[in-house]
Amino acid sequence: MMKKSLLGALAIGLASSTSAFAQTEIQWWHAMTGANNEVVNKLAADFNASQNEYKVVPTYKGSYADTMNAGIAAFRAGNAPHILQVFEVGTATMMGAKGAIKPVQELMKEAGEKFDPQAYLPAVTGYYSTASGELLSFPFNSSSTVMWYNKDAFRKAGLNPDQPPKTWPEVFEAAKKLQASGHPTCGFSSAWITWVNLEQFSVWHNVPLATKANGIEGFDTELKINSPLHVKHLQNLADLQKNKTFDYSGRTNTGEGRFTSGECPIMLTSSGFYGNVKANAKFEWANAPMPYYPDVQGAPQNSTLGGASLWVMGGKKADEYKGVAKFFAFLSDTDRQAKLHTDSGYLPITKAAYQKVKESGFYKQNPYLETPLIELTNKEPTENSRGLRLGNLVQIRDMWAEEIESALTGKKSAKQALDAAVERGNQELRKFERTVTR
Amino acid sequence: MEKRALFSSKFLPYMLLLPQLAITIIFFYLPASQAIWQSFLMEDAFGLSSEFVGFENYRYLFQQPEYYRAMVNTAVFSTAVAVLSLACSLLLATQADKNLRGGEAYKTLLIWPYAVAPAIAGVLWIFMFHPSLGTLTRPIRAVGIDWNPLLNGDHAMLLLVLSATWKQISYNFLFFLAGLQSIPKSVIEAAAIDGAGPLRRFWTIIFPLLSPTTFFLIVVNIVYVFFDTFGIIDAVTGGGPAGQTTTLVYKVYADGRLGGDLGGSAAQSVILMVIVIGLTAIQFKYVERKVQY
Repeated sequence: MMKKSLLGALAIGLASSTSAFAQTEIQWWHAMTGANNEVVNKLAADFNASQNEYKVVPTYKGSYADTMNAGIAAFRAGNAPHILQVFEVGTATMMGAKGAIKPVQELMKEAGEKFDPQAYLPAVTGYYSTASGELLSFPFNSSSTVMWYNKDAFRKAGLNPDQPPKTWPEVFEAAKKLQASGHPTCGFSSAWITWVNLEQFSVWHNVPLATKANGIEGFDTELKINSPLHVKHLQNLADLQKNKTFDYSGRTNTGEGRFTSGECPIMLTSSGFYGNVKANAKFEWANAPMPYYPDVQGAPQNSTLGGASLWVMGGKKADEYKGVAKFFAFLSDTDRQAKLHTDSGYLPITKAAYQKVKESGFYKQNPYLETPLIELTNKEPTENSRGLRLGNLVQIRDMWAEEIESALTGKKSAKQALDAAVERGNQELRKFERTVTR
Repeated sequence: MEKRALFSSKFLPYMLLLPQLAITIIFFYLPASQAIWQSFLMEDAFGLSSEFVGFENYRYLFQQPEYYRAMVNTAVFSTAVAVLSLACSLLLATQADKNLRGGEAYKTLLIWPYAVAPAIAGVLWIFMFHPSLGTLTRPIRAVGIDWNPLLNGDHAMLLLVLSATWKQISYNFLFFLAGLQSIPKSVIEAAAIDGAGPLRRFWTIIFPLLSPTTFFLIVVNIVYVFFDTFGIIDAVTGGGPAGQTTTLVYKVYADGRLGGDLGGSAAQSVILMVIVIGLTAIQFKYVERKVQY
C-alpha cells in the first residue's frame, strides 16, 4: 500500500514536471573546442533564454571526422541528432544521403520561417547549395585561405612590411630574401597542403578543379588538377623545396606553429588561424590575400570556404523541425551575426551583417578579419569558383597529399604526381557515384 | 592414471564452457562474420543503399599499387618492431635479473611505458622528433643529418619503429623477467661450476629454457604490430609521407573510419584476418616444434 502511494506520488510528480517543462529538445552535435565551444554553448543558451518552446542541447562529439562518424552511426542506429555540424569536406557525402538529411531551405519553408536566400553572401551559401541554388545546409563557422606574414622578418630582409607580395613570383623572391636573412629552414610554407594549393588555388585562378562545376552539377565529375597551371605551381614548390625556400609543413594545420614560433616568415593557411596568431606570435604580423600567377587571365577570381556547416537530419517530427528553423532564423539575425563575427573571427554569413561591421569601422582596427571576406567577395563566383563538391573527399585529399609529397621529395615529377592524383581521385569519385546514384 | 574430470551432470561441462564461448561468439565470431558479409557489399556511409557486389571490393584492392605498398610497409614495420623489441627487452631482462643495487627501481621504471596510451606515446615521440618542434631534431641536424620525417619516408618509418618498439619493450620485458626467474638457479650454477662462461650459459641453458616465453611473445608481438599500432601511426605520421608508413591496419582505419568506405575497409580487414591467422598457424606448426616446455 505504502509502495503504491509512493509510486502514485512519483507519477504525479513526473507528470507535473514534464508539463512544466514541455519543451521540445533539439540535439546539436558539434566539433568545436576551446573558445569556439563556448561560442556554441552561449548561442544555445541565448536561444533557450529567448523563448520557452524549444531547448537546443549542444553536445561536443570530438574532431570533425569523429562528429560526422558519430552522426552517421547514430543515423544508422535510428537516433540521429537534429543538427549535425559537418566539415566542408563532408558536404558531398551528406548531400548524397538523400533520405538522411533535410535540406535547410525546404525546412525553413515548411516551418514558415522568413527566409531570403538573397540575404546571404553568395560565396558562403554557394558552397552549401545545390546547382539550382537551393540551400542544403546552414553555414556556421566559415573561413578562407589567407597569407600570414611576419612584418619584423620583412623589415630585417629589406622588404616593405606594408606591401606584401601579391603574386606567386613575388612570394618566391621575398621568400629567398627572407631565407637569406635568418630563416634558413623555411622561406615560406603552407598548412592544409591540398586545400590551399589545389582547391583554393584552382578557385582563385578561376580554373576548374573538376568538371561539372567542381562536382556541384553532378556526381559524374572528373578531376582537372593536372592542368599546365597546376603542374607549374607544384613544380615551383618542388624546386623551392630543395633548398627549403618553400618547406613542407604537413597535410593538416599541425605545421602552423612554425609561423607563430618565427621559423617560417610566410604561412598560407586558414583565416581561422587568427586567434592563435594573436595569442602566440611575439612579433608584428599581418595577413594578405592569397598570391596568384599574374599571367593567368582574370586572376584573382574569388576564394572559397573552409570550415563547417549545420546539417539537419531527416526523419524527425514536424514540431522539432519548427524549432530547428527558429534556431536558424535566430542565428541569421544581423546583430547576432555581426557580434559572432567580431568575437570569434568566423565569417558573417549575411550581407547585412558584413555591411554592419564594415560601417562600424571595426575593420580599420582589425583589417585581418576582413581579408578573407575581401577574397570571398572579390568577384561574382563563376562555375569554377562557387565551391566544390566531391564525394569521398577525405580519401581523395589524402591521395592528393601523397602525390604532392612524392613530387616534393623528387620521387615523381609534378606532372607525373598530378596525373596520378587525377587517376586515383577519379576512381574514388566513380565509387562514390555508384553508391549515391542507385 | 586417467586424466579425466568426472561430471555428474551432462549439462555442467557445457554450462562451465558457456561464458567463455559466449564471449568468443559475441566479440569475435559475430563481428568477424559481419565483416565478411560487409566486404561483399558496396554501400554509402549512411547505409541507405547497399548493393551486393561479390568480390568487387577485393578486386579493387588488388588493382591498387598502394595496397601492395601497404603490405610491404607492414612486413618491414612488423619485422623491425618485433625483432627490435624482443631483442632489447631480452637484453634488459637478463641484465635486470642480476643482483643489482636498486634493481627493483629499474624494473619498475622499465615497466612504466606500458601504461602509456599509444596515441600519447606517439605525441611524446613527435615532441622529440618533429622537424621544427622536436627537442632532439636540433642536435640531429647539428651533426649534419637533414632529419625530416614529414617528407622523408625512411625517417618517418624509423620514427614509427622506434616509438612502437619503445611501447612494447615493457610488456616483453615483464614476461622475459618472469621467465628468467623461473629458471632454476641450480642448473645455471652447475654449469658455472663446470666452467661455462656467461655467454655460453646464456645460449646453451637460459635461452632454450626461455623458449616457451619467447615463442609466446613472438605471437603476441606479431599481433601487436599488426593490430595495435594504428594509434601510434595516426598520431606520428598519419600514414605519410606519400603513403610510406601506411600499414594494412592503418589503411583499414583510414578508409573505413575516416573515409566512410565500409565495404572496402571490411574487405581489407578480412584479408588482414586471414594473414594473421595464417602467420599464427605457421608459428604454431613450425616454430613451436623447437620450443622446449
